[in-house]
Amino acid sequence: MGAKNSLAGLTVVEIRDGLRNGDFTVGELVDDHIHAAERAKNLNGYITETPDLAKDMASKSDDKISRQELGSLEGVPVAVKDLFCTKGIRTTAASKILDNFVPTYESRVTENLWGAGAVLMGKANMDEFAMGSSNITSAYGPAINPWKRESDGDDLAPGGSSGGSAALVSAGVVPVAIGTDTGGSIRQPAAFCGVVGVKPTYGRCSRWGTIAFASSLDQAGPITRSVHDAAIVLEAMSGHDRRDTTSVDRPVPQFEKFLSQSIKGLKVGIPKEYLSDSLPTEINKLWGDGGQWFKESGAELVDISLPHTKYALPSYYIVAPAEASSNLARYDGVKYGMRVSDKSLEQQYSKTRGSGFGPEVKRRIMIGTYVLSAGYYDAYYIHAQKVRRLILEDFNSAFKKVDIILTPTTPNESFGLRDKLDDPVAMYLNDIFTVPASMAGLPAISVPCGLSGTGLPLGLQLIGPAFEESRLFQFGEKLERAAEFSKQPSSYVG
Amino acid sequence: MVEVKNFVQGETGEWEVIIGLEVHAQVASQSKLFSGASAKFGGEPNSQVSLVDAGMPGMLPVINQYCVEQAVRTGLALGAEINLVSIFDRKNYFYPDLPQGYQISQYSDPIVGRGDLLVEVDSGYTRKIGITRLHLEQDAGKSMHDQHPNKTFVDLNRSGIALMEIVTEPDLRSAEEAGAFMAKLRAILRYVGTCDGNMEEGSMRCDANVSVRRPGEPYGTRCEIKNLNSIRFLMRAIDYESGRQVRLIEAGGSIDQETRLFNPDLGETKSMRSKEDSHDYRYFPDPDLLPLRLDSDWVAGLRERLPELPDAKAERFVKHYELTEYDAGVLTSETERATYFEEVAKGRDSKQVANWVIGELLGRLNREGISIERSKVGAAGFGKLLDLISQGVVSNSLAKKVLDEMFSTGEEAAVIVERKGFSQVSDEKQIEKYVQKVLDENLEKVEEFKNGKDKLLGFFVGQVMKLTGGKANPQMVNKILRDLLSK
Repeated sequence: MGAKNSLAGLTVVEIRDGLRNGDFTVGELVDDHIHAAERAKNLNGYITETPDLAKDMASKSDDKISRQELGSLEGVPVAVKDLFCTKGIRTTAASKILDNFVPTYESRVTENLWGAGAVLMGKANMDEFAMGSSNITSAYGPAINPWKRESDGDDLAPGGSSGGSAALVSAGVVPVAIGTDTGGSIRQPAAFCGVVGVKPTYGRCSRWGTIAFASSLDQAGPITRSVHDAAIVLEAMSGHDRRDTTSVDRPVPQFEKFLSQSIKGLKVGIPKEYLSDSLPTEINKLWGDGGQWFKESGAELVDISLPHTKYALPSYYIVAPAEASSNLARYDGVKYGMRVSDKSLEQQYSKTRGSGFGPEVKRRIMIGTYVLSAGYYDAYYIHAQKVRRLILEDFNSAFKKVDIILTPTTPNESFGLRDKLDDPVAMYLNDIFTVPASMAGLPAISVPCGLSGTGLPLGLQLIGPAFEESRLFQFGEKLERAAEFSKQPSSYVG
Repeated sequence: MVEVKNFVQGETGEWEVIIGLEVHAQVASQSKLFSGASAKFGGEPNSQVSLVDAGMPGMLPVINQYCVEQAVRTGLALGAEINLVSIFDRKNYFYPDLPQGYQISQYSDPIVGRGDLLVEVDSGYTRKIGITRLHLEQDAGKSMHDQHPNKTFVDLNRSGIALMEIVTEPDLRSAEEAGAFMAKLRAILRYVGTCDGNMEEGSMRCDANVSVRRPGEPYGTRCEIKNLNSIRFLMRAIDYESGRQVRLIEAGGSIDQETRLFNPDLGETKSMRSKEDSHDYRYFPDPDLLPLRLDSDWVAGLRERLPELPDAKAERFVKHYELTEYDAGVLTSETERATYFEEVAKGRDSKQVANWVIGELLGRLNREGISIERSKVGAAGFGKLLDLISQGVVSNSLAKKVLDEMFSTGEEAAVIVERKGFSQVSDEKQIEKYVQKVLDENLEKVEEFKNGKDKLLGFFVGQVMKLTGGKANPQMVNKILRDLLSK
C-alpha cells in the first residue's frame, strides 16, 4: 500500500533531522501525509480532516525554518483525538450530541503542540466520550485496526478509546497522534495496533480544553511509532497550567536525555497479581521475554506484590462512571450541541440526551448516577475511593523496592469489531492491566514487543513512580531495542 | 440573658414557633467564584459570562482566592471555627440556568463551622443564635419566562457568582427575632465588607425553615420557605406560615415536609414541591478542584486585621461617649452611621451629637429613604450646625429648620442662618423691649402670675419667641422675664 518515496512513515526523529538538513520542506511533508490519509480512508481513523489548515500551518512552519526558528516538533504532522477542543474546528467527542460543536478555544495540550511547531492533520476517531475499548461506540463508525489476522481478513478493533489515534499512527498516516487515557485508552489501543503509547502522571498535562470523561483519571498522552518519538512529544505537551488546578507545577524533564541511560543494577518489579490462569500463554511468555531482556541489559528482576490489584477494575467502574455522569450533565441541548426540541423541558432533556448519546455512554451515565445516589454513595463511591488509596499504597511500597514495574498491557490481542458487543463486562476486562496505574495516577507506557500466534501485535507495559516518566523512556527504549518489533501492518500506507 | 418565651396563642393553647434560616449572601467581589468573569449587577443579559460559567466542554473551575478570603473573614466576624481543610462538592441537578448540570458547593466539609451571633430584639431582649456553618457555593443563572410567548430565555450573568450560604441552628422563635437576626447579620457583613447586603439587587436572600410545637415537646415537621428577598417578607412569611401550621394542626391535620413559596401580594405561602419530589443531588467531591487548604497563620492575620465589629463598637460608644445602650446600638447598626457619628462627635458634646444624629438626621433620612453616606449633610457640615447651637448663634428649634434646608439643598448651616436671618437675638436691651411689650399686652395674666400662677412663665416665653420669630435667646428671655415680673 505504501507509496514510493512518500515522506509519510517517517518518525519524529527522522522528520527533525530531514528538516534540519533541508532534505524536504514541511509543505512536502504535509502533502505526503494528506495523501497517506487518502489511501487510508478505509480505516476511518479521522472524524474530521483538516488538510487546508495543515497546508497553512506547513507554510508558516517553512517560514520559521527559513529563519532558523525550529520548535521541538517543527513541521511534525499530528492527529488529535477528537476529545481535544480545537479552536474553529469541529470537536465531537465522537458523539452525535456534539456533532455541530465548534469550540471558540484551543485546549492547552494542543496549544502546546502548535507552539512547538506541530501541524494539525485532523481530528481522530475514538469511542464516544472516550468510553470504550474497541472504538465501536463512535457515532461516526469505528476506526479499523490496520492489522489483520494472518488467517482471515476480518476487520479488527484498534482498541479504545483512542483507537483512531493508534490506527493512524500504526498505518503510517501520521507519525504522532495525541490521545487521552482514563483507564487504558492510550495504552490498550497502542498495544492492539503495535505502536508506543504513554499515559503520563496525572497532573503532568493540563486537562484544560479537553472534554472530560472522568476528571480524576483523564490524562493526555502521545501515541508514536517509537519510544524516542514519544519522549519528544510528551515533553512538548506537558507543563503546568494555572487554568487546571489539578495540573502540577513542577519542571518537565528533557525526556530524550534518559533514552540512552543504562539500566544496569536497576530493579524491575514483576507483580504476581497480574498472572492468572486465563492469561494466554503467549502473552505470559512475552512478559517473561521482557523480563529476560531487562536482565540481559543488566537489570535485576524482583517479584513484587500489589495485593489490591483485583479491586482496581471494579472500583474503576464506580469512580469513572460516577464522574462521567456528572461531567456529561452539561450536554442538555440548552446551550450548544444537539437539541431535540419539545414544549416540555423534561421531554426536551430526555429526547435530546436519549438520541444524542449512544448506548455505552448511557450505560455509564446510569451506573454513575446509581452509585452516587442517596443510600448507595457510601457503599459504592466512598468505598471505591478507599480502594483507590489502597492501590496507590500498594504501588508506593513496591516502588521502595523496585525502579519500575513490568506487566503485559492487555490480557488479549485485538478482537473482531463485532465481538464482545453483547457483554460489556468482557469488554471492560480489556483494561484489567492498565486500570491500576490509572487509579493510582501513575505514568505508564505500552511498547510493542511481539506478535501473537495469529500475527497480531502484543504490548508490554511499564509503570513508573509519579512524575518519573523519564524511567518509562529509559526502560522503554531497552525493551524496544531488544524486542526489535519492526513488522508493519497490512494496511500500512507510509 | 433572660429566657424570653415567645409563644403564640392558638385555639387550643400555646405554640412555640421554631425557625432556622439559610442565608445566601453574595460575596462582594469583582469576579466570580471559579472564573474571571465580572460579578457586577445589572449588565446586559449574558454579557458577563466566561467559558467556564457557560459550562463549555473541557472548561475547568479555578478558585478565586479573594472570595475564599471574604468567606474566612465573615466566619471570623461571626466568631466561627475556620476549617483549614474544606472540600468543594458537586450538587447535581438539571435546569436550563445551571449550565454545568451541577452547582459547585460545599457539602460535607464547609470552609466555616460553628459560630454564634448575639441578636438584640426590638422588644428589648438579646438572644444568642447558633450559626451551624458557612460555605461557599456558586450561584445559578436566571431563567426569564417573560421574554417570549412560549420560550424561556436564560441569562447567565449570575452563573458562577460567589455566594456564602450561612445556616443557623433552629434557634429563632419569632418573626421579630428572625428579622432582627437578618438585620444584625447584614450589619456584620457590611462592617467587614464581605457582602453589600443589598437585598433588592439580590445580594442577600434567605430561606426560612419553619415549624411549630407545643412548648416543651420535640420539634414538629418543618416547611422550607424559599427565596425571601427582604426582611419584611421574611417576617410576614414566618407569621403566615406559623399561623397556617397552628391552624392546620389544631383542625386535626398534620404538616407535610415540603418546600413553599411566599407570595408577597397575597401575603401567603404556597406549596412548591413535596419531600417526595425533592431532588437527589448526588453530592460528591468535585474532581476538578483539590481540597481547599488554608494556612493557619494566614487566617490569624485576617483575624488581626478584622475591623471593629458592631457589638464591640457599641460597647465602646457606651463607655467612651457615655451613650445609652440603645443609642449606641442605633449608631453602630451600620458602619457608615457609626463613622458619621464619630466624626461629628470629635471635640463636641457626644450626647448632644447622638441626640441630633438619631433624633433629627436619621429621622429625615429614613423618611426620604436615603442612606447616611448619600446624605447631602456631611459630618463636617452637620457638626458646624451643632456648633452654631452651642455658640448661641441659633436656637434649637430654628436649628431644626436650618437642618431641613441643609437636607434638601446641601447648603452650609451658617449661610442658611444668615440668609434667613435666623441669628439668635442676644442683645439684652433688644430682648427687654420685646418682653416689656408682651407684658404690657397681657396685664391680666401678669396679675395672675403675681398671684402665684407660676406656670404662666412658659406662656410669656412663648409669646416673646413668637414675637421674635424664635430668634430670641431663650435663656435670656427667661432671665429678663423673671426680672421684670418680680419688679
